[in-house]
Amino acid sequence: MHELSLATGIVETVIRHADDRRVTSVQMRIGTLRQVVPDSLDFYFGICSRDTVCQDAELELEIIQAKLRCNSCGREWELDLPDFRCSSCSTGDVEVIAGTEFEVESIEVNEDSVGQENQSEAKEEAGCIAPR
Amino acid sequence: MHRTKVKVAEDALDANTTIAEANRHDFDHSGVRVINLMSAPGAGKTSLLEATLPGLETRVGVLEGDVQGSMDSDRIAHLHVPVVQLNTDAGFGGECHLDANMVRSALPDLDLDEIDLLVIENVGNLVCPAEFRVGEDARAMICSVTEGEDKPLKYPLMFRACELVVVNKIDLLPHLSYDLEKLRHHLESVNPGAQVIECSARTGEGTEAFAEWLSGVAAREAAAV
Repeated sequence: MHELSLATGIVETVIRHADDRRVTSVQMRIGTLRQVVPDSLDFYFGICSRDTVCQDAELELEIIQAKLRCNSCGREWELDLPDFRCSSCSTGDVEVIAGTEFEVESIEVNEDSVGQENQSEAKEEAGCIAPR
Repeated sequence: MHRTKVKVAEDALDANTTIAEANRHDFDHSGVRVINLMSAPGAGKTSLLEATLPGLETRVGVLEGDVQGSMDSDRIAHLHVPVVQLNTDAGFGGECHLDANMVRSALPDLDLDEIDLLVIENVGNLVCPAEFRVGEDARAMICSVTEGEDKPLKYPLMFRACELVVVNKIDLLPHLSYDLEKLRHHLESVNPGAQVIECSARTGEGTEAFAEWLSGVAAREAAAV
């Protein structure tokens, strides 16, 4: 249910970087530890992006598997179950080295769309030209 | 039409973090240490504050976050503790958590020079509050024994975000098939090294440990967000 707040954060971030250009897609990096439900995020992104430059933009998620490193024995492993102890030396002194990301990696914008009023036209155009 | 890829590489919650830092600057400026207290609804956040704040030597204030209503802030006000109610349904869209901006909006109503410790009682929820820093020094949570031992495994984000986990309502243990050992084991898996306090806000058992922890946070030096 936190996807609504998270989607709002995405839209706000994208708008700041879009410079008023229409956004066609948003590339996100999301760690598994953020417990994000992709379908739910997509749903709320659709709602939050209405009447903004992100309207109709595609949300592309790269899911980053959580990874831990044991500070005691140096072992690195991918976290599957929520067990943050090192299974080699049983210590709890571990570091999360991947899996907490919630990052807008990049966006794709339509350079011809600055201040463009007619959104449906822009959409049609976008549909027949493959992204570079 | 030509499309351009724009590199962003920015945390999508950066805007919140920036405001949290501004809050933190104001708290530090007034020498106020801040605790973000979280839990599921009904775990006993307000009851634990009622059980501990009156005996505290530190000058404490409370920021009450609720979707609606002032029941909790009325209870705190009865203790003659300065309290501000923050309802997330008023202009915030009924949010299920407090974010840095909501806390910022409540600061004009709080006299930070009159307190040394601010307890922010977050909206009851084990998911969203863990995502949003509000400018706090310490994060603590309550899990009550009526919630089941498996909660750390189900909500690792919240359990890992907190340095202190208070296990409340232990006076009910004789009536429940709750296994404290199992909870401790799960907690140790998810957040090894987290401090654990077992108590009952109702009977007062163990609450002095929480009061001590509050005083300890109040005595901390300011640190970076």
